[in-house]
Amino acid sequence: MAEEKEIKEQEVQEAQEVQEGGEKRGIEKDTIEIAPGVRQIPGAPVIIAAIDKIINWARAGSMWPVTFGLACCAIEMMATGASHYDLDRYGIIFRASPRQADVLIVAGTVTKKMAPIVRRVYDQMPEPKYVIAMGSCACSGGVFRTYAVAQGADNFLPVDVYVPGCPPRPEALLYGLLSLQEKIKKETKRWGCWR
Amino acid sequence: MNLAVEELQKKFPDVIREVKKGDCLTLICGREGFLEFIEYLKDQKGFVYLIDLCGVDYLNYPAKNWEERFEVVYHLYNFEAKELLRIRVRVPEDDCWHYSVVKLWKTADFFERECYDMFGIEFKGHPDLRRVLMPDDWKGYPLRKDYPLALSEEEEWEVYKELVKKNKPKR
Repeated sequence: MAEEKEIKEQEVQEAQEVQEGGEKRGIEKDTIEIAPGVRQIPGAPVIIAAIDKIINWARAGSMWPVTFGLACCAIEMMATGASHYDLDRYGIIFRASPRQADVLIVAGTVTKKMAPIVRRVYDQMPEPKYVIAMGSCACSGGVFRTYAVAQGADNFLPVDVYVPGCPPRPEALLYGLLSLQEKIKKETKRWGCWR
Repeated sequence: MNLAVEELQKKFPDVIREVKKGDCLTLICGREGFLEFIEYLKDQKGFVYLIDLCGVDYLNYPAKNWEERFEVVYHLYNFEAKELLRIRVRVPEDDCWHYSVVKLWKTADFFERECYDMFGIEFKGHPDLRRVLMPDDWKGYPLRKDYPLALSEEEEWEVYKELVKKNKPKR
């Protein structure tokens, strides 16, 4: 009797596995997953997902940083954007105006004289906006512990991602941007009336 | 060296205090009568190019055996003779000013503004003596030896203090 019961259970399990692995049912049958948790009905301009998911997916897929270089880190930022590392393939395209940008990459030493201008550029960006502190100087002031240098951009900006390095290699900046994408994908209630 | 130093010393005995020969001929001068002296070098001796102009603070300098605290250093170049000339002018701390050479060299405009910005040496006759690197309302002269490396909270620049007070994210 006990043996029979075991065999029956095995059969049930196998049947379930066939259903899951081979033939899909319900929403999975009629739609294709185009991003984690985002599904599309083939041939129709219809996407099914939680609205947070869709908005975060769109935001993470088209982060537009403003071209704003302050020091040597800016050279590395340009290298990241240029063809060898190619930010375009992540949908990251530099914009020359803060009003069209989503991300402010603080690339380099922020002097106290420059700090109000950096802040103004940030204030001119539309919501939702993010800040990446690129390099030791933007993170903490770096080697410049002096009268003229702001000891970290986080003194006057809400920094989302810190990228250390002096200057960080393009891979490091890329990793920072991808980490920001991950962060954006986990956001909730950062749009509409909940903002 | 084609420049006749003895002749210069004879002509400007009150200006030239000391002559040094090192990497290039160096004349250590006083402030009085300096303008005529440097004009003579430019117009008569062919030193038409002002390479640079900068300040030096000799506060607590171990090898110092003179009275004045500051120096203004000029590098002049003679294109025809290919001669480099260094002129060091001593400037006292109380009564901290020097003559401007903007009328002779337009280049000197920003050099002198920077020197004023960093050392607080005022250049008499400069057409527009403002700070050039530091913000206009900055207090103190950063390259002076008694200027602190990092500012304390009370000494902080007002504009930056306001910015941090208004915008520092709460954690």
